[in-house]
Amino acid sequence: MVFVLFSISVLVFLIFFATPGVDPAARIAGRNADQLTLQQVRATLDLDKPLPIRYLSMMNHLFIERDLTSYVNRGAEVWPQVTQAIPATLSLVFGAAIIWLILGLGLGIYAAGMRKSWIDPAIGILGIIGVSLPVYWLGEVVNLVTQGKLHDTVFSWVPPLGYVPFTESPTGWFLGLLFPWLTLSILYAGIYIRVVRNEIVGLMQEDYIKTVRAKGAGDRRVLIKHASRMSMIPVVSLFGLDFGALVGGSALLTEVVFGIQGIGRLTFTALQNFDLPLIMATVMYAAFFIVIANAIVDVLYAWLDPRVRVGR
Amino acid sequence: MLADNLLEVKNLSVSFKTRRGTVRAVRDLSFTLKRGEVLGIVGESGSGKSVSMNAVMGLIQDQNAQITGEVIFDGVDLLKKSDEELRAIRGKDIAMVFQDPMTALTPVYTIGWHIREQIQLHSDISNDAAYKRAIELLEEVGIPDPDKRVDQYPHEFSGGMRQRAIIAMALSLNPKLLIADEPTTALDVTIQAQILELLERLRKSHNSSIIIITHDMGVISELSSEVLVMYAGRMVERSSKSSLFSNPRHPYTKGLMNSVPRVDRDRTSRLETIAGQPASILNLPSGCAFRNRCPLAHAACEEIPPFKSDVSDHGAACFLVEAGAVR
Repeated sequence: MVFVLFSISVLVFLIFFATPGVDPAARIAGRNADQLTLQQVRATLDLDKPLPIRYLSMMNHLFIERDLTSYVNRGAEVWPQVTQAIPATLSLVFGAAIIWLILGLGLGIYAAGMRKSWIDPAIGILGIIGVSLPVYWLGEVVNLVTQGKLHDTVFSWVPPLGYVPFTESPTGWFLGLLFPWLTLSILYAGIYIRVVRNEIVGLMQEDYIKTVRAKGAGDRRVLIKHASRMSMIPVVSLFGLDFGALVGGSALLTEVVFGIQGIGRLTFTALQNFDLPLIMATVMYAAFFIVIANAIVDVLYAWLDPRVRVGR
Repeated sequence: MLADNLLEVKNLSVSFKTRRGTVRAVRDLSFTLKRGEVLGIVGESGSGKSVSMNAVMGLIQDQNAQITGEVIFDGVDLLKKSDEELRAIRGKDIAMVFQDPMTALTPVYTIGWHIREQIQLHSDISNDAAYKRAIELLEEVGIPDPDKRVDQYPHEFSGGMRQRAIIAMALSLNPKLLIADEPTTALDVTIQAQILELLERLRKSHNSSIIIITHDMGVISELSSEVLVMYAGRMVERSSKSSLFSNPRHPYTKGLMNSVPRVDRDRTSRLETIAGQPASILNLPSGCAFRNRCPLAHAACEEIPPFKSDVSDHGAACFLVEAGAVR
């Protein structure tokens, strides 16, 4: 894990700072920077030293002294920007994940159990609708409804757009995130319903399902204890990937639509301004979370599937 | 007083509606199984042997399936029972062992869990008691270190050990009937013999009757007392084992017997086979289904031969047997 993170940091560093023909100092200093600024950038980041030193210096400023400064943004430090954005993104993604897991697993399992009635295709259609609603569109519609005319009557309890830290006001945090959660989770719930349902229906053909039925178990037991339990194995790896990517910044659209200052939005602004130090930081952060999410998936996987456990 | 017959199957037919018409997987199957008896059902793939047993167990869930006839088990017709009622019988009075032990257990649960599930589905005993019973059963089927193995997962068992554990599970509630669907097909030959011995020993100690489905005449000769030969969904011959082996009547049965390799025969001679392909139930010839492959086929075979039994209850469905031409 540490090795993976190290490799990513080297790779990101090389892409941004060792691309041939590009002067990283000029990039960092931004457009129309004067000679003095360029000199300053070179000095603080040791850009005139050999490559390994430059890498170490960069990492030192980024992680240890945490004083890496973005020049584009007139001296805003990178580290606090990232640490401020993390709770917003984590709150958004955690809440949404809980909703989409409940919806996705619940409806997926239910649809698989009802696969001989009209309920299964009905849930399937719901899932497709969920997948087909783009977040930026759905988010805007939700905003139109909750922040527009109806804001004075039905939705008066919905706070204005933006993120309220949990420590500041737990209710404000919850109410402010409720609609972003729902918006983000609908897409994933749609995907998970289909994945879970199809997985279970496939597993129903397995020999061991026949064994369980021959033992005299009822449909419900076969569905819940055996087929659904087995279907969790692939679902967990899917979830790990989705969750890691979202925490790493893929919740961008939701964050922008609902005005949440999260990692996705931070990356987005950094890219717009070509704010190299900030891009470096957010990419490292995203990589970190994806690696962490994968590690957690590996642990969960071993817990869910005894076949992948090695050594006892 | 218990009736002598544990299982009476009368005119059992199973057909599936498909886009290409109705597929008749089992036709007019009738047989009886006495208590304590071992019945072997022989036939090649697609002959309807597994389908008929699944029908007996009520395990055919296909909505396109049509099952007719009677399956009288212990005095009640199983085909008239609701799924709820059947569930109380499955696993408790009729247990089943399937072909491939590698895939027959849900991989995420321990062996002990599987046996406990079987016991607790049909009786209100505590987890601890069921767990202890699981260890006893594993010991009974010859699994070494049963108190350790009980907590292991199926993938930690070898194929033969797994089949033993599955048999332990199937016999945990002393079922009256054990249906073993090709229980040794997926195993090594040496393991096969052990499993068959085990089944025979357990049959006696648990007072169960056994129906064993196989395509292996060797398995039949080891275990069964009665034999039923199926071809393309029909029963073509039925008799006691000794009568069948000494005097097979249907040309198909004879073909099967001849195609078993024998160590006591001249090795330079080629192994005899049955010519042609097994008849597909999707596209059966009219009349006797075997006539395209039968060396003795003649004009009469364009009609379906009736199943006729003699005084010793050895029966076959072949015109030549009826005419006394084959003895």
